[in-house]
Amino acid sequence: MSGKINVVQALNLALDEAMAEDEGVIALGEDVGAKQGGGVFKVTSGLSEKYGAHRIRSTPISEQAIIGAAIGAALTGMRPVAEIMLMNFVTVAMDQIVNHAAKLRFMSGGQTNVPLVIRTTTGVGSGFGGQHSDMLEAWFAHVPGLKIVTPSNAADAKGLLRAAIDCNDPVIFIENILCYGLESDAPPVGHRVPLGKAAITRPGGDVSIITYGRTVYDALEVANKLSDQGISVEVVDLRTIAPYDEETVLASVRKTGRAVVLHEAVKAY
Amino acid sequence: MTSQPLDREILLDIYRRAMRVNRTDEKFRSLLTAGKLAVMYYPVRGQEVASAAMMAALRPDDYLVTTYRGQHDQTAKGIPSDLFFAECAGRATGTCKGKGGPMHITHPKTGVMVTTGVVGSGLPIANGLALSSQNRGDGRVTVTCFGDGAANIGAFHEAMNMAQLWKLPVIFFCQNNRYGEHTAYADHTSSESIVSRAAGYGMRGVRVDGNDSEAMFAAAKEAVDRARAGEGPTLIEAMCYRMLGHFFGADFSYVPKEFKAEAKEQDPIPRLRKLMLERQFSETELDSIVMAIDAEIEAGVEFALNSPFPDASELRLDVFEEEIAL
Repeated sequence: MSGKINVVQALNLALDEAMAEDEGVIALGEDVGAKQGGGVFKVTSGLSEKYGAHRIRSTPISEQAIIGAAIGAALTGMRPVAEIMLMNFVTVAMDQIVNHAAKLRFMSGGQTNVPLVIRTTTGVGSGFGGQHSDMLEAWFAHVPGLKIVTPSNAADAKGLLRAAIDCNDPVIFIENILCYGLESDAPPVGHRVPLGKAAITRPGGDVSIITYGRTVYDALEVANKLSDQGISVEVVDLRTIAPYDEETVLASVRKTGRAVVLHEAVKAY
Repeated sequence: MTSQPLDREILLDIYRRAMRVNRTDEKFRSLLTAGKLAVMYYPVRGQEVASAAMMAALRPDDYLVTTYRGQHDQTAKGIPSDLFFAECAGRATGTCKGKGGPMHITHPKTGVMVTTGVVGSGLPIANGLALSSQNRGDGRVTVTCFGDGAANIGAFHEAMNMAQLWKLPVIFFCQNNRYGEHTAYADHTSSESIVSRAAGYGMRGVRVDGNDSEAMFAAAKEAVDRARAGEGPTLIEAMCYRMLGHFFGADFSYVPKEFKAEAKEQDPIPRLRKLMLERQFSETELDSIVMAIDAEIEAGVEFALNSPFPDASELRLDVFEEEIAL
């Protein structure tokens, strides 16, 4: 494919490619099937028609059962992509995520692993209020055994989702509602963005802004404003929050001597 | 449920499994008493036959998901004694390299896929194992074991609904031992039975005397055959007794003596032995089976206690696929 794609199309393409290559890749979540319109944000649109309702499974509103089923399938070597409609709803499935998905590899001494992706979306600014907007990535980053990924653009969304599906560990894949319509040049088929690698979105010399997800665009806006004042801002898009790319972050801060961490979750306490 | 007299080979299989469970339980408790093991243990005395008959109805490659009170399920499914005791003793030679311990026994080679320490959490995961079998057409059946206490957590209801909705090859095996931790059934559950809840999900439900090896096997076999044939899940409620405290060393005084007497009367082990004798197995034959089991267990314990603890470097392994850097 050539030309531009937006984040929703990028995610859909990544799923499509992965499902075409591997029978073990399945997607499950609320409303993800054709009869339900392919998900509230249309990320799975067209996939159940192509791969069947046994591989794109629309579920009851039962987050524990969704994640549990995904874990069980993953234990047998399948690669489920579970969709939790909005990030606040992961709280309903925390036992499955924290006590099971994250720990079964360790507790089994490496006999079983959980190659599971949990896709979810969130973010401020859509008028959804207090229970549909939280950024809970820091909680998950404190759970050993989980990897946390969040793309800021369509090309990364596709490449990171492919890499997350390839990953033999559970990955929490955080999308941002306000980024869904943003377009990038379509990356080539099969393109991956490796987990754990940050991107220097804008190089600069005076100060580093370490950020991820939607706030990458806030950082770029600030960088533009400050460049008018002769201040050169480097924008580092983490892309993977855990494990984060310490090498790239330290190299940037070593160069600029100043770091600002920018995100839309709670402030440090 | 009425049941036919069991084929002698099946009966013998159930007896072997039940006695492995029973002798493992006794050995485990004696090791704890002697201070040779210092771990959590949730006794299974009284639940041997329910589990043995269920596992006897399965294929070796069928999946099992159980809970922290799981020794009977794991042993009956076929975990070797040496690997089991080594894991419980936290040794590097255990099923999980000593990193799971008694509450997280995992052994995919015998189908033991998950042992969870969280009440009710195994049910949703069992659905996933069954979903995998359904998609792949591998003919496997998944059994998930839990107690009456687990029937009151949300995961139970979510999992039951999803399993029936998708007609998954899964069996929800509730071993109703009439206590959820220290709370008696009538004090924690509003419905008269657990099995009555199956109807709420349009699921087939069967209640059976878990201490009756023939009835228990018949119920298990029918559920397994149906699941394997694509006819969907079954909720089995096997009535049994937890003859000891919630965990080894726990207070047991809250249990009325009438309950204890009733449990003793229904004790599945002498009952099974009696049935075996009625079916023309000899005392000598049965004793020699138990002796062979004891020898396996003794050798397993010896192996376990003489095995090394895992190296400290294991802390950095198996958290992720790649080793955690220092």
